[in-house]
Amino acid sequence: MKPYLREKIPTSFEDIPDTTSYEAGYLVTKNAGWRNVRPVIDTASCVGCLNCYLYCPDGVISPKDGKVQIDYDFCKGCGICRKICRPGAIRMEAEK
Amino acid sequence: MAVNAKTINETEFFYGHKACAGCGGSLAVRIALKVLGENAIAVLPAGCMSAVGFNYPQLCFGNNAIISTFAGTASMLTGVQAGLKAQGITDFHAVGFAGDGGTADIGLQALSGAIDRNDDILYICYDNEAYMNTGIQKSSLTPFGARTTTTPAGKNIHGNLRQKKNMFEIVAAHGIPYAATASVGYLNDFMRKVEKAKSIRGTKYIHILAPCPTGWGIKTDETVEAAKEVVDCGLWYLAEYENGSFTLNHEPKQFSSVESYLRKQSRFRHLTDEDIAIIKQSRDAKWEYIKKNFK
Amino acid sequence: MAREFLSGNEAFAYGVRLARPHVISAYPITPQTIVVEKLSEFVEDGSLKSEFIHVESEHSALSCAMGASSVGARAFTATSSQGLLYMAECLPYAAGGRFPIVMMNANRSTALPWNIYGDQRDSLSQLDSGWIQAYAENAQEALDLALMSFYIAEHQKVSTPFMANLDGFVLTHTYEVVDVPTQEQADEFLPPFKTENKMSLSNPKNLGFSAGPDTNTFFKYKEHTGLLHVREVVAEAESKFESIFGRHYTGLTESYKTEDADDILITLGSISGLVRETVDKLREQGEKVGLLRIRYMRPFPNAEIAKAVKNAKAVGVLEKDISFGNEGTVYTNVNSALQKAGISIATSNYIGGLGGKNISPQEIETIFEELKEKRSVVRFLGVEVR
Repeated sequence: MKPYLREKIPTSFEDIPDTTSYEAGYLVTKNAGWRNVRPVIDTASCVGCLNCYLYCPDGVISPKDGKVQIDYDFCKGCGICRKICRPGAIRMEAEK
Repeated sequence: MAVNAKTINETEFFYGHKACAGCGGSLAVRIALKVLGENAIAVLPAGCMSAVGFNYPQLCFGNNAIISTFAGTASMLTGVQAGLKAQGITDFHAVGFAGDGGTADIGLQALSGAIDRNDDILYICYDNEAYMNTGIQKSSLTPFGARTTTTPAGKNIHGNLRQKKNMFEIVAAHGIPYAATASVGYLNDFMRKVEKAKSIRGTKYIHILAPCPTGWGIKTDETVEAAKEVVDCGLWYLAEYENGSFTLNHEPKQFSSVESYLRKQSRFRHLTDEDIAIIKQSRDAKWEYIKKNFK
Repeated sequence: MAREFLSGNEAFAYGVRLARPHVISAYPITPQTIVVEKLSEFVEDGSLKSEFIHVESEHSALSCAMGASSVGARAFTATSSQGLLYMAECLPYAAGGRFPIVMMNANRSTALPWNIYGDQRDSLSQLDSGWIQAYAENAQEALDLALMSFYIAEHQKVSTPFMANLDGFVLTHTYEVVDVPTQEQADEFLPPFKTENKMSLSNPKNLGFSAGPDTNTFFKYKEHTGLLHVREVVAEAESKFESIFGRHYTGLTESYKTEDADDILITLGSISGLVRETVDKLREQGEKVGLLRIRYMRPFPNAEIAKAVKNAKAVGVLEKDISFGNEGTVYTNVNSALQKAGISIATSNYIGGLGGKNISPQEIETIFEELKEKRSVVRFLGVEVR
């Protein structure tokens, strides 16, 4: 489980809580629009060391089948993963 | 088994937040929560991490979390742990994440009180060396020479004139059960320390250096490198305090270049060779002290 | 039920013990100190099972209480004067977070000049912080209020912090014979604290978040509504209280001989006792005078005041407070209540008791005398301005 996108945006008078407390991990917006560049993984060169997963400030890289995958909904394109990747399996591509 | 990239809890607890790209503070919070797990109850004061994580209805903590007053991280943590304890609940980790200003300036009194009472809390200071949330103003953890918006660098004054306050040793002087320094450049070390703190009852304090690309004037992909380099050049050190004594965890065989570390950051770009000589001198004095007093 | 000789502070502490808070966080300040000393004795002797936290400031006292409340614990703190002002940041925070913390405030003057004695400028300066504010008249009411305050604050419709005010020294340090209920009676009256507004391990939540311009008004309206519900919940609490303990209370205000009164003096707190005696004395002399005691300043008893004074010819407001550059805050609020109710009579404001200055029976008689003149004046007792 991790915070995830919901369909309902509870901002009407009826929908907001009576107190300043609400369900943990409730997301209504993505961060994808922040990016100018996106990390792209070359799965063939990836050795599965998981350093990119560990050092991602946004936690958008996750282990998958001995390699990694990226959640582009929330990646901000900072590029830390590319720098930390010893085999050079991550490249940054311009967003169109 | 040691916590590392392969063994760490795969759950993400701090996700979808609006921190700047490459934020070191958010990396520290994310990793600490993964080590602490779902029973972490996080208290974050007004500051970067609360500003980017709690904008209703975008709520970015998967675990229990609350914003405290700026000065009230430690005191609210005290209440959280006391409130749970009084209800017979013990399987939780009350953890605070406060910045350098929230810790070493406005929150110091409450932190000192919590350590004095030995409340069962883990206090993590993510130190990005200035009030970043309000736009890069000097805190007492801003290093000598750094340009901030309240310590502008001009002809007369070259940025901040004061040395960085030594929070680690201030906290240790309370006789705290466990304190440590860390850096987001050395996450294995940090994870080990959080894991250790998790198993200790009483007050724990971890001070993690967490570069801020926005405030330091580095590229968004240089956060981790800068956090490594500051340790490698000796301007920061990885250590622990436990059972009344200090232990150095990592001793660089040879310091990397201080100039190189400083020159990469626009907050230090104005420094003269004399300024850098002062920084090196104070580094050397510190290491002399460390070698004498740390195991 | 046992009868004990207790000061106001002690009586309140006995009431708090009966409410069995999970967490007590407190910092000492004159004249509140005895409450927290007493509670720590109760914890020591085992008669109260609370986490007693020796915080290092009043800011931390309330911040700690909020932390406790945020995990569903019943929390109590106490303060006074400078301490209340030092924790001021946390007051609207607790109210906005809807944490039903109970706090006793020993009303005391605020510096400068320094003064440890009673007046009500401390609490009245925090009227807008979103807390319920009640003012006790005597030690018995203090004890009863302690118990009722948790009931009211924690009520689902209210979920708002409660500030119970006791006049410094005059009430906090004066001994009276007080009925102390048994724990069984108290438990019958006060249900355990239950709330959804909490962090729990089985149902994780994010609390104390930011709310931008789009939703902020909604949250504030709901907070306001919570306070407005206090009137009906006070009535419910007092009715239940009477059925168990036999003592009767009268809601947000208490009227004394106001029904046929021409001149009514409105006041709050311990001075009411003296005003009541004066009313009795003047009534014996044939004067048609009455007393209206404000028990709750928030929510403000607009309707109760209007009802009590609607047939009067003049109203005086006696308060230990001044909003500098204007008039007494209670007076401002009373005038607003009358204006809204369409009541147009002479009202005067008497500022007295500042920094603990004694208010004499003679001064109260003079006030009633002046009310007959049906003027509108703001006057400091004891200051002759020529």
